[in-house]
Amino acid sequence: MKNLFEFIVEKAIFLSGAASIIFVVLIFIFLLKEGLALFGEVNFFAFLFGQNWYPISDPPQFGILPLIMGSVFVTFGAIVIAVPLGLAAAIYISEVAPHSIRGFLKSGIELLAAIPSIVLGFIGIIFLAPLLKNIFHLGSGLTALAGSIMLAFMALPTIVSIIEDAIVSVPRSYKEGALALGATHWQAIYRVTIPAAASGILAAVMLGIGRVVGETMAVLMITGNAAIMPTSLLQPVRTLTATVAAEMGEAVSGSSHYYSLFAIGIVLFIISFIINIFADIFLHRSKAMKRRKK
Amino acid sequence: MIVKVNKLDFYYGKFQALIDVNLEAKKNEITALIGPSGCGKSTFLRCLNRMNDLIEGTRTTGEIFVEGENILDPNTDLVKLRKKVGMVFQRPNPFPLSVFENIAFGPRVHHLAKGKELEEIVRQSLEAVLLWDKLKDQLSRNALTLSLEAQQRLCIARLIAVKPDILLMDEPCSALDPVSTQRVEELMQILKQDYSILIVTHNMQQAARVSGFTGFFLLGKLIEFDITGRIFTAPRDRRTEDYITGRYG
Ligand SMILES: Nc1ncnc2c1ncn2[C@@H]1O[C@H](COP(=O)(O)OP(=O)(O)OP(=O)(O)O)[C@@H](O)[C@H]1O
Ligand SMILES: [Mg+2]
Repeated sequence: MKNLFEFIVEKAIFLSGAASIIFVVLIFIFLLKEGLALFGEVNFFAFLFGQNWYPISDPPQFGILPLIMGSVFVTFGAIVIAVPLGLAAAIYISEVAPHSIRGFLKSGIELLAAIPSIVLGFIGIIFLAPLLKNIFHLGSGLTALAGSIMLAFMALPTIVSIIEDAIVSVPRSYKEGALALGATHWQAIYRVTIPAAASGILAAVMLGIGRVVGETMAVLMITGNAAIMPTSLLQPVRTLTATVAAEMGEAVSGSSHYYSLFAIGIVLFIISFIINIFADIFLHRSKAMKRRKK
Repeated sequence: MIVKVNKLDFYYGKFQALIDVNLEAKKNEITALIGPSGCGKSTFLRCLNRMNDLIEGTRTTGEIFVEGENILDPNTDLVKLRKKVGMVFQRPNPFPLSVFENIAFGPRVHHLAKGKELEEIVRQSLEAVLLWDKLKDQLSRNALTLSLEAQQRLCIARLIAVKPDILLMDEPCSALDPVSTQRVEELMQILKQDYSILIVTHNMQQAARVSGFTGFFLLGKLIEFDITGRIFTAPRDRRTEDYITGRYG
């Protein structure tokens, strides 16, 4: 009786573990099947490097380079904003803040992660876009920069908590050595602690990028949604994700337009896959240091 | 006298780890501090560069004169003090940076040199610890990949680069094998011509071999302080005698 029970539990656990892998594979196969169908009609390079995205004009053009560049611009802007802020916040929490408020700050930052992205999108439309419009004298504040700023806030919790973890796991003896040489607290932090935490910081950047590239709702709302080649952060752009979200409803099932959206899905899948691999490599190195500490 | 300690008391919170310690260390001399585990040797050493300040809830009273200045004075410039009084730790703790960057760290922090001058300091410092020939072509190698002995030498070189007057060494050989230990001891004999060294050691033979003066600590008190030869042959205190003859373990 007991053996039967154990047998069932064991198999159930195995099945749920296997299921998650099977689902990923199924999704990928589905994505491939629908996405690759596009390349019967459209040249692969014309798709990847074409500069015009006119999926419903006649003849249609399926160049996603403007969308890729849209994602790149928004992501780049977001990371440029989020990494220095995140690094500063992580240093403050782990090295400067008094013990009593450390936990408080950490939960505050985790709370930021709990804000639904649509709410951030709203705030972006109502406060940020008009603000940018006035500062830069633009026709509309709905630009790549607006998207970058909102996404920076979304990526911040991930970035802060991973960097903080990396800093805390730097062996104390490094910092002691630096202080004993007459370095000030700050010198010890930026000359020794930060370089020692470099892998963790890189992992944080990678995961931050992953978070930003994959985000859809907020960018759909506040980047202006113009599928044109961007030349500055102050232009409206449209990202890969926003394109899929915006056009999936209107694309006729089985049409080239429909397949092209799946092909975009494949591109996104590959991008996140690569980012995750890098994040993994850096996290491993960071963990190796943590082990050395013990 | 390069170091003069008067009536030093030290507390971790309520626990008194050092009790009325009085000691004088001579310039260009190696002074050894011995005693059983937990008697306060490391604590004493860390008073001399005020590293204990980093631990919360500690309190120090008395006077410690380093080259005539009372470093327990609240106005003491800790950056200057630690430049003057360098410390080598029990476990080698090079930074996870290149050999060059490890040594350049101090001169950079204290704005001592740049460019060619800095390279010259790196070379001299490595020469002083007899590592130059081995590492001159590997200055960009990560210091953590060196042997433990080389790491410990590098840590000493790192101090020498800021031209201190005093070297504090807390069991600098305890992570090393006997051959490396002997070589580091030889190095200390060379270094003593230019520096005054205070070394904590568990190893009485080491104290007897390297030092000119020896202090014996027990339960936070400096029981006896004298010329090393006298401590090991004719100690005045029963407890010192018991310790050096191995009756304390
Ligand atoms: N950070 C600390 N907080 C509280 N008590 C401490 C702290 N560090 C050391 N002590 C206590 O102070 C006493 C002296 O410790 P210390 O490390 O100076 O001894 P030691 O002579 O260096 O010993 P060992 O030979 O084992 O290194 C010990 O009783 C120890 O438990
Ligand atoms: Mg000790």
